[in-house]
Amino acid sequence: MSAVPPVSAAEQPTIERQQMAVDIACVGFGPAMGGFLTTLSRSLLNPDGTVRLESATSPGMPLQVVCYERGDGLGFGVSGAVTRARGIRSSFPDVDLTQIPMAAQVNKERLVYLLDPWRATRRSFAFKAADRALRSLGFLFGVKHEAFELPYTPPFMRKHDGLVLSLGQFNQWVSDQVAASGLVQIWPGMPVAEPLILGNTVTGVRLADQGTDLQGRPEAGFTPGMDLHAALTVIGDGPVGTVGRKIDAHANIGMPPGHESREWALGMKMVVELREDSGLEAGTVLHTIGFPEPEIFGFFYVHPDRLASVGIFVPSWFGSPVRTAYRYLQHFMLHPYLWRYLQGGTLKSWGAKSLQESGRHGEPFLAGNGYARIGEGSGSTNVLAGSGVDEAWTTGVQLAEAVIELAESRRAFTREGLEATYVRRRRESWVDAESKVAANARNGFQQGVITGIIGMSLAGLTGGRFAPALRPASRRFPSLQEAYGSRISAPELKQIEEECAIQGTSLHDRIMDRCGWPQIPLDGKLLISHQDALLMGGGVQAPSGFANHVIFRRPELCRECATKLCVEMCSGQAITHGEQGVPAFDREKCVYCGACLWNCRADGDVAQGNVEFNAGAGGLHSALN
Amino acid sequence: MTNGYHIVVCGSVVPDPLQTLEPVAGPTGPALKNEMMLPAVLDPWAAHALYEAANLATKVVGSKLWLVSVGPKAKLQQVMMTIAQRVSFELVPVDASASGFADSHSTAALLAEAIQSIPGLDRTRLLVFGGWESASRGAGTTMQLVGERLDILDQFQGVDQLNPQPDGSFEVLERIEGGRHQVSACSGPPLLLGWATGNLPEPRNNPQVGMANMRSVMPALQRAKSVPLPVGGLHFLSASPPKQRRQTRVVKDLSSEQIAQEIAEWIGK
Repeated sequence: MSAVPPVSAAEQPTIERQQMAVDIACVGFGPAMGGFLTTLSRSLLNPDGTVRLESATSPGMPLQVVCYERGDGLGFGVSGAVTRARGIRSSFPDVDLTQIPMAAQVNKERLVYLLDPWRATRRSFAFKAADRALRSLGFLFGVKHEAFELPYTPPFMRKHDGLVLSLGQFNQWVSDQVAASGLVQIWPGMPVAEPLILGNTVTGVRLADQGTDLQGRPEAGFTPGMDLHAALTVIGDGPVGTVGRKIDAHANIGMPPGHESREWALGMKMVVELREDSGLEAGTVLHTIGFPEPEIFGFFYVHPDRLASVGIFVPSWFGSPVRTAYRYLQHFMLHPYLWRYLQGGTLKSWGAKSLQESGRHGEPFLAGNGYARIGEGSGSTNVLAGSGVDEAWTTGVQLAEAVIELAESRRAFTREGLEATYVRRRRESWVDAESKVAANARNGFQQGVITGIIGMSLAGLTGGRFAPALRPASRRFPSLQEAYGSRISAPELKQIEEECAIQGTSLHDRIMDRCGWPQIPLDGKLLISHQDALLMGGGVQAPSGFANHVIFRRPELCRECATKLCVEMCSGQAITHGEQGVPAFDREKCVYCGACLWNCRADGDVAQGNVEFNAGAGGLHSALN
Repeated sequence: MTNGYHIVVCGSVVPDPLQTLEPVAGPTGPALKNEMMLPAVLDPWAAHALYEAANLATKVVGSKLWLVSVGPKAKLQQVMMTIAQRVSFELVPVDASASGFADSHSTAALLAEAIQSIPGLDRTRLLVFGGWESASRGAGTTMQLVGERLDILDQFQGVDQLNPQPDGSFEVLERIEGGRHQVSACSGPPLLLGWATGNLPEPRNNPQVGMANMRSVMPALQRAKSVPLPVGGLHFLSASPPKQRRQTRVVKDLSSEQIAQEIAEWIGK
């Protein structure tokens, strides 16, 4: 348990580490790295098999490129994605991408407003009024199954020419193509602990120590993490990746002045095998608003072979400290509009991940001496279109093209060189143009859902010319009293809080029960307990020999924290109430979603609160996500 | 004393048992639903054999280690990305189905043929390792049949330990009932061992081993030829994964004795 403090750096004996030199070291394998390695691997050799881009570390050989991914497999990424796939398609002009397992062409897209069938949500007056009006005049608007299908999907949201994908299957397919070339090495199950930084230059990465106890102390078979030196380090480890965040925190090479990454969402989803007569065609895409809370948006994407990805996004601006996504996801699935499709289905997979939703405002320095940032961790996600996979892929392609240009002209991977090649390409591309439109699109959500939706619409329909300008202030989460004081008396709230702390459980179920949410009718197939979802849907694993990757930095701050959002938000119930007020962490349940990072209330001495989220092995073991 | 062993490990890939495995009726017999979508792992029995082999090869100077692996090429490639970081070996891939519904004789024939095709393999130094129950749906027949096809008479199954002796002979510990071992002596190679779990932990990832392995693994995979794996006239009346009954309860502060007692009572119901 993490209540035992980790071994401090001062306590660590001097460790002699193996050293290895390559030309390009890559961290994290996702869509961005897929785009990078796909593009680069095609250019390492000439058509006649001779070397086109020669290695400096192994003369006579092509550039030595190695990529480390912390997950146990390259297909264990989480996202039921719908994407316009413009960048992806341009990388595979001759390939029918619907042949990728679980991929389908989008053929039907709907934006659906879900009413509250149980009158239990935290609806504002405006939402209640909307529900009342729709119920009263439902015959006019075609309201059925407690839902209103909007006749119009705003153009900025449309994915009509795109693809429904399973990110796990897509990543697996891409990595198979890349690895089959034999020119690039990709190693899953190997976390990268940190970047190696000398002055303002990134000189490579240090891999995680193996053969340690949970506190990081060497045990039998201790193998110090190797130092991998590289002329270029490519960072694509996502929004909660250790290497990216450590560079973000670096004074000179991390975040440009004025940039911050305060907006997040937790995406949680299930992959469901639909019953044979569900009537849904592959390629059907539903976006939902209004339920299970007005702030929580949902999605329903239909893959081939009767599989569907169903999920919700719980945003950081959701004004409730009781925010466990799992039960909300179950209520979402039970909504009459969706349940008519899902009833009789079987859970095939489950997972969760954090999404960085600051967009352009969260963009770090994209490149510097010896390093470049690609993908979601580089602020590429378009928060207006709700699109990140294709953007991430395209940033990877742009970096690869830049690397080819620099290597061919035998120029070093310096800040100037990368800015003139990679950053220039990115600034001139559709990714950047559309991110400018989206930059302030979500600002309105800081004042409420209605203002948020208005702000998004304004930004989307005016090409970003009009949008709320006010950016979110520093992290602030409402207290339990602020969030539920109008529905539950203060003494009762106090009592619930104390009982949950004693029982070591989150507040979520108790509060939802008290607010009138119905019990989940568990059926053992699709509606299953949270812990069963870990086992049956995620196959969560935690290989031994690695230190705990979640650490509560200053226990005294946890003791002072009354709300413990880290417990409430933990996707796998890996963080629970621990002894003496300090949360306990069980890595065997951690799905590596990273929600604890951005849900820490404590005003720690770093930007991300009191949670240290390090490189860890294991996590989800489902390839259907 | 030996100049080193020639150790051949038969280690095929299987679908990751953490996934939902669903048998379906295919045109040529039973198959796994969406088999190509399922991530693969090295068969766990065979993985132990591989780690024991690598340990022995490291200890005995001059030894050489081959891994003969049957599976679809794409799946072999995925599995190699994981295990090639751990131990040094030369891959002998056989591109064929790994659904688990093949007949032991057919599988053994493929494996034996692949072993015989290894250039420079010295029978007087040969140790053939494999998983005790691998590629046989738990029947433990495939490795025996491999040994027969290679004319290896000294075979041991359910092995947990192999102790080379100074005179070139071996002491072998095989599992028997009651949690005990049968201790046998064997004069020397050639020898076939169907491993149980052995005693070694999973080796740590070593990037340098991975880099070195991949220089030979990827070309070997690119050369691998696709071969049919006949079902050998088998007719499956039905196929189903092991039945599971799951009941989860979150508990705190229970001793291991209390948990064991509760599990025993639950099983007894």
